[in-house]
Amino acid sequence: MRALLLLCLLPLVASASDGGGYVRIPGGEFASVLQYEDGRGPSRVAPFEVMQRPVTNAEFKAFVDKHPAWRRDRVATVFAEDGYLAQWQAPARLAPGEQALQPVTRVSWFAADAYCAAQGARLPRWIEWEYVAAADATRRDARRDPAWRERILAWYGRPSSRALPRAGAGAPNVYGVHDLHGVVWEWVDDYSALLVSSDSRNQGDPDRRQFCGAGALSVGDREQYAVLMRVAMLSALAGSDTTMNLGFRCVRELR
Amino acid sequence: MLRAACLSLLAISVILAGCDRSDRPAATPATAAAPATTGGSKGGDFGPPQGEPIKAVLTSPPMVPPATGRTKPAKVIVELEVIEKEMPISEGVTYMFWTFGGTVPGSFIRVRQGDTVEFHLKNAPDSKMPHNIDLHGVTGPGGGAASSFTAPGHASRFTFKALNAGLYVYHCATAPVGMHVANGMYGLILVEPPQGMPKVDREYYVMQGDFYTAGKYREKGLQAFNMEKAIDENPTYVLFNGSEGALTGDKALTAKTGESVRLYVGNGGPNLVSSFHVIGEIFDKVWYEGGTHFQENVQTTLIPAGGAAIMEFHMEVPGSYVLVDHSIFRAFNKGALAILKADGPEVTAIYSGKEVDEVYLGDRASPNLAAVATAARSAGAGALTVDEQIKAGQALFAGTCSTCHQANGQGLPRVFPPLAKSDFFAKDSNRVVDTVLRGLSGPVKVNGEDYNSVMPPMAQLTDDEAANIATYVLNSWGNPGGRVTKEQVAKRRKEAAPAAASH
Repeated sequence: MRALLLLCLLPLVASASDGGGYVRIPGGEFASVLQYEDGRGPSRVAPFEVMQRPVTNAEFKAFVDKHPAWRRDRVATVFAEDGYLAQWQAPARLAPGEQALQPVTRVSWFAADAYCAAQGARLPRWIEWEYVAAADATRRDARRDPAWRERILAWYGRPSSRALPRAGAGAPNVYGVHDLHGVVWEWVDDYSALLVSSDSRNQGDPDRRQFCGAGALSVGDREQYAVLMRVAMLSALAGSDTTMNLGFRCVRELR
Repeated sequence: MLRAACLSLLAISVILAGCDRSDRPAATPATAAAPATTGGSKGGDFGPPQGEPIKAVLTSPPMVPPATGRTKPAKVIVELEVIEKEMPISEGVTYMFWTFGGTVPGSFIRVRQGDTVEFHLKNAPDSKMPHNIDLHGVTGPGGGAASSFTAPGHASRFTFKALNAGLYVYHCATAPVGMHVANGMYGLILVEPPQGMPKVDREYYVMQGDFYTAGKYREKGLQAFNMEKAIDENPTYVLFNGSEGALTGDKALTAKTGESVRLYVGNGGPNLVSSFHVIGEIFDKVWYEGGTHFQENVQTTLIPAGGAAIMEFHMEVPGSYVLVDHSIFRAFNKGALAILKADGPEVTAIYSGKEVDEVYLGDRASPNLAAVATAARSAGAGALTVDEQIKAGQALFAGTCSTCHQANGQGLPRVFPPLAKSDFFAKDSNRVVDTVLRGLSGPVKVNGEDYNSVMPPMAQLTDDEAANIATYVLNSWGNPGGRVTKEQVAKRRKEAAPAAASH
């Protein structure tokens, strides 16, 4: 709550080209891999706009320059843990070379949320992210295609010691959105509602507490383990956590 | 439920032992009497930890930490780091392993029954995945899994009391569990009984696992995990200690004659059960299933996926002993092979024969390789004739190829395709060469019959050998004749997957 108040005080820095600009996503019916507790069958996703690619280090630095409260040496520890932006050379200086164009990682949920808010945008909800990420180059929902799944799994098998590619370097999907798979994990707005059991084998006997969570252990489609690994990853995190492979992009409501 | 069943079994064995005693009071040998029950977990709590906390010594395979040597329960701190890293899985082949402690299998943990274990699970900052740990030696739901779910760059802590003695598997239990296990996330924890393990000269840590790569066996480069093969339980590799050659050559296990050796052997799976065997040795004792009791004089012991066993033997005769999964194709075609090398003077009274050192050359150990030697001499002198090639090829064929394709080249109907009068390579001798070098998997039509089988690549053959085999095949059983040179083989070996691979 305090975070939200704080953010409301920040001036807006809407830069149209951040994240490569926004792409309009038409709404539609969508069956998530998670079974939401408030209904069976597909969900309705309203139209929205999403950044073409993940936010880069350079873009995030511009945000930090404008809002020094989010510098790594000044940020409140409840909003970002120690590793926050640790890949930068200094609190307000990027490492030379490719870094400026690579997706920003080591950002906490709070920092990502603040960045999007400053854009007049917000983080995508899980179902919005999943909806866009279900596409391949020609289809809106390619999840039944083993080739789509293999591409996702291939990233899990690549060493993360290798340098990240530039944001947006991957081929666009049918909406013109890049890098949803194969580059970084991405924060979603409602990550904390994605409660996958920390012991995934208890699927017949879910902890009752977790029924509060929207995605309580309820894996709708076991075939979609490639996407579920992303849910598992997000559910392992707290809002102040940062990791070397976790970035974000923003979405906007239609005006 | 399981525990209740075990207890009732124990009760039965106690009753049986009672009968034994009354029937034959005088001469019951010690080994035949059912040992008294240890009391299981109910008998495993020796009270609160005493003394200063102790940091557990963790070792990388194949080494085992020293005995705890303690007589009282202690508080033991275990710090284990999860590391995702690219490592070799075979010669020229790498794989993105997920590891406990940077090795496959993970670090060996050794504690004593009754110890209170404070477990710290760290997940390296550059990990992509969250991980956790389920130790089969833990009493409690999930074996620690729910308490140790850890995001990259974080650490979790939980504490348990080791109530049951035995050798236990630990593994990652994060979704999808099978994939985490298939990527190498398993290891062993030994909970010593209160009196410790009997003293031996050497202890080693070996763990079997099955691996599922996108590419074929020994296909070079970084290989990705293949979920379809894993679900089909059709591994590309079956390995001891996570890579082909992890325990051979310079890295072979060593011992001296006159010494006693104990192996702590686990099976991480994810799918296969191991028929663990040491060629040339008989296990004097096997603590089957890693439990409290031992069986004596065992040739092959079964180790379930997610299970372990302890075995002990005394080395009498020097030489190389081959550890295998006696589901034997896994050993010779998927990598489940390790060497224990015993040094010492020959003991001809026990074993007089010749020792084969180095690798076990099952298919080439036949004595009839004179023709091969002749061909090699001629090739060296630049005077190799087709006839010499055919003779050498015939000898090599008998060792390597005839098991499936039969000595008369007829193959086995609907299982192994015929080579005699085969239309598969009638037009292009390169097809013989390519099939020898790269193997052939999947559907193929030969002389009008459909075949769908797997031939492993015979990439271990030298260019000379492959050329001789191909020449023999082309000149036998009504085939069109012709000659394959070693230069032609070398060229085909270098070229990327040609036509034959598209079948």
